Amino acid sequence: MSLKKMKPVDVVIVGFGWTGAILAKELADEGLEIVALERGGHQTTKETGKYPFVADELAHEQRFKLYQPLKNETVTVRYNQQSTAVPYRQHGSFHLGNGVGGAGLHWNGMHWRALPEDLNIKSHYEERYGKSFVPNNMTIQDYPVTYQELEPHFTFFEEVCAVSGQAGNVKGVINPKGNIFEAPRNKEYPNPPLKSSYGANLFADAARKVGFNPFPIPASNASEPYTNPYNVRLGPCNYCGYCENYACYMYSKASPQTTILPALAQQDNFDLRVHCHVIKIETDPQTKKATGVTYINETGETIFQPAALVLLCAFQVHNVRLLLLSEIGIPYNPVTKKGVVGKNMAYQYGAWGNVILKKDQYLNPFIGAGAVGQVIDDFNGDNFDHTDLGFVGGAYIAQSQTGGRPIGQAQTMPGGPRWGKGWKESIKEGYQRNISMWSSGSVMAYEDAYIDLDPTYKDGFGLPLARFTFTWHENEITQGKFIAKQMEKIGAAMDAESYAFYAYDEGSNWDLKTYQSTHLTGGAITGDNPQNSVVNKYLQSWDVSNLFVYGACNFPQNIAYNPTGLIAALTYFSVDAIKKQYLKNPGPMIDA
Amino acid sequence: MKKKLNFKLLFSAIIFIGVSFILFLMFYTGPTSSLSTTEKTYSDEFIQKGAYLARMGDCVACHTQDASKSFAGGLALESPIGAIYSSNITPDKETGIGLFTLADFDNAVRFGIAQNGDSLYPAMPYPSYAILQDEDIEALYAYFMEEVKPIYQKNYKSDIPWPLSMRWPLTAWRLLFSQKVTPFDGDQYNGQDMARGAYLVQGLGHCGTCHTPRGIALNEKAYNDQNRDYLMGSNMEIDGWVPTNLRSDLLTGLGRFSEDDLVELLTTGRNDTSAVFGGMSDVVQESLQYMTLQDAHSMAKYLLSLSPSNPKDPQYQYNNETQKALSYAQDNSLGAAVYVDNCMACHRSSGKGYEKVFPSLAGNPIVISDNPASLINIILQGSTVKGNLNTPTAFTMPEYDWRLNDLEAASVINFIRNNWGNSANEITENDVKKYRH
Repeated sequence: MSLKKMKPVDVVIVGFGWTGAILAKELADEGLEIVALERGGHQTTKETGKYPFVADELAHEQRFKLYQPLKNETVTVRYNQQSTAVPYRQHGSFHLGNGVGGAGLHWNGMHWRALPEDLNIKSHYEERYGKSFVPNNMTIQDYPVTYQELEPHFTFFEEVCAVSGQAGNVKGVINPKGNIFEAPRNKEYPNPPLKSSYGANLFADAARKVGFNPFPIPASNASEPYTNPYNVRLGPCNYCGYCENYACYMYSKASPQTTILPALAQQDNFDLRVHCHVIKIETDPQTKKATGVTYINETGETIFQPAALVLLCAFQVHNVRLLLLSEIGIPYNPVTKKGVVGKNMAYQYGAWGNVILKKDQYLNPFIGAGAVGQVIDDFNGDNFDHTDLGFVGGAYIAQSQTGGRPIGQAQTMPGGPRWGKGWKESIKEGYQRNISMWSSGSVMAYEDAYIDLDPTYKDGFGLPLARFTFTWHENEITQGKFIAKQMEKIGAAMDAESYAFYAYDEGSNWDLKTYQSTHLTGGAITGDNPQNSVVNKYLQSWDVSNLFVYGACNFPQNIAYNPTGLIAALTYFSVDAIKKQYLKNPGPMIDA
Repeated sequence: MKKKLNFKLLFSAIIFIGVSFILFLMFYTGPTSSLSTTEKTYSDEFIQKGAYLARMGDCVACHTQDASKSFAGGLALESPIGAIYSSNITPDKETGIGLFTLADFDNAVRFGIAQNGDSLYPAMPYPSYAILQDEDIEALYAYFMEEVKPIYQKNYKSDIPWPLSMRWPLTAWRLLFSQKVTPFDGDQYNGQDMARGAYLVQGLGHCGTCHTPRGIALNEKAYNDQNRDYLMGSNMEIDGWVPTNLRSDLLTGLGRFSEDDLVELLTTGRNDTSAVFGGMSDVVQESLQYMTLQDAHSMAKYLLSLSPSNPKDPQYQYNNETQKALSYAQDNSLGAAVYVDNCMACHRSSGKGYEKVFPSLAGNPIVISDNPASLINIILQGSTVKGNLNTPTAFTMPEYDWRLNDLEAASVINFIRNNWGNSANEITENDVKKYRH
């Protein structure tokens, strides 16, 4: 079907967000000829972050300015195998990115590592709580890499992103101002933490009062002007409160645009082609070697780009869908439990609530940033005893002041009227006195949570959409209730007028209308053998050795933390191995 | 009886002298090059030396129109009487300089004389290049002949209409206003670094082309530091930008820069307090970023050695009252309001910006310059500090022409020019109006 064939290159990158930018930079430095194909358009700080248009909330949030246009392509969703999936027609629960930088341009910049037990979760729980602790329908597995292996890459990515934070454990030395539960890190954060907000300070004081260990959220915003290892300069955050859903006009929030692309732009062995939508990874007839990718450009031409190395760097579900469309690897079958592509889809889980401050307290929420705030990690990972709790995993609990944007972030007092004079009064009060508290919880993997191709719905090119079969499970419902109780303790200690906390009840399904997070994971998971995973520890396809797959699709189950730090560390770990091992001797890096 | 003056004869005599003078200028060229090549084949090292010198001369800036055709010429250079076009200086034998001897090349570069004997328009900075050493001319020649890719691209005729297009007045101009071709003598300078700096600044760098005020015949008022006018900032705008004072005046010149500050600005386009803009952005991008650190220090040393053009230029004193007034909303002027809404996010209430990210407005010579054109232009059109090899981040200030009316723009400009210790003459709405496109 290919009409036009391009000049072969060393590397083709499919999708140009965080992982694509990292790989392009690291491999361009090796002198390889690289082409990146991005289905969306160019996005730059100069244009996309142009002041004052950048603060147009209506365009960005209510009208989805930076998101994937769902009329061309979306996903379908159903809760279980018995029902029929329907298309996700409007951005709600998650915000798919689009264009250069991907969702890495409009994220909130919460920059986490993983806990060691996030990576060896199965063996850790079995060892501490016994073999029967993990329920049978839970298909969680260990990562084939350890925290120690990833540590230098976590550190390097923090330096790339100019992360501002307070270390809690540098080489085993505990600092109670930081996260005392974090695994040892080799270095402090590159920048001191962002300034805290009034609301977050009240949260932290209360958390301390009840014996928890609050610390500043690690932020991918430079708190001071900073030059990263690629010589790219970032500006300092000015707490304008427009991070999530926006490009950063201060050059402060880390994105491929503010940390990597300026350096890449100086290299002429790198070519970025936008509005190029990859529809298939081409392979030899034995499906052992990828020969390149086929894409459709802006004018509708179908083009074949031959390449020695194919790097799949699109968003989680788009990578999984491309594998399925290209018939690479065996699709997961929820009946036989065989196959791997699409397996172990997961998400994140939250409890939430509000604290109403006393009269004459002022939050001034317009002073904020995506990751301004305080957080506790006391109930994350296995930082607490799970013995009698009846669930695997945990959550961090945070109070963050992301901004006081007038449409989406102005809240009335609880139960305030929805219109009229009463609404006006209530919103004035609520804007200054209503503090939101929230948690971000892990989600385990299950036999019946997966991605496949939808039998009915197709995209604009006539190709089947990806289908999510996913909803909440008892483990997460139990976790949420437990976490909400901890939040209540903090709320009670805040000396406020009132507070209320919530978690989903048993039998609750995933609500696709309300934004939760874009932290969808799984579908092309990493593991130690081809029977349990799509890619090996180097994120190399078990089936096609010159194909590598990147992103949260690699997570065998989801952690509580925001995923970008772990995604990038896995990517740096992989590209390090590509440089040191694969390029010298192309082929499977681990024998199946 | 008095002899009557024979007007007819006198008139004829004047015409005769005039015509003879013109005829003379049409054929007389003045001194020309006597160089001949010293080597049959040039070493790679010598060619690379030429490549570096071509960078320092920023030849590519004017002699390239289409970025994929370096040195093929064709770039329009506007003049009040019509555009002229830069020539093809690739070694293409038909349309470029492929058949040039070293003397032909030298005649063009140092003497301002084309191969056919015509005088060049002084858009070609041959008056500055007149001090280049013979060896450097030959290295440049070696580079252009041996390494630059020949490109077939015919030269354009200028848009200047006859009789203004006649070349003989250019010869007169050249003989009257250019420098005599005399290889640079470094001994007059204190040490090798200073001499090297002077050679680069006065010669290949041709800094004076923009930064020295122009005289009555649009000639640079000085070509070197013998005269206080040299590099004191231009009295002419270039595309609406005012080349700034490069002498060490404390308030309006480089007087408060350290050598390192200046090296950083020259080689990266930015330093802790400043950023380049306008045509200087391209100079950094195409030329100065490739300068060796040693040359950069020499250049900085030399520039900082230039005495102030105005010895009475006062010292700058920062005043933090402005920051207080902004923080506590005590300044209710329109200028302050516009500043808070549009500028303060990046340049801060302190007016100091952030080092190597957003330039300081407090004490910035561009801001307090007598001629506010650059400041007005930046606010109306915006500006981008380009990404370079070692400082890849491109920082952009957006344009505000669509957002601010003349009164608002004038008010904020006056606010910026007269706060944090800044002091400058007030501008009016009409000043702003002039710079709207």
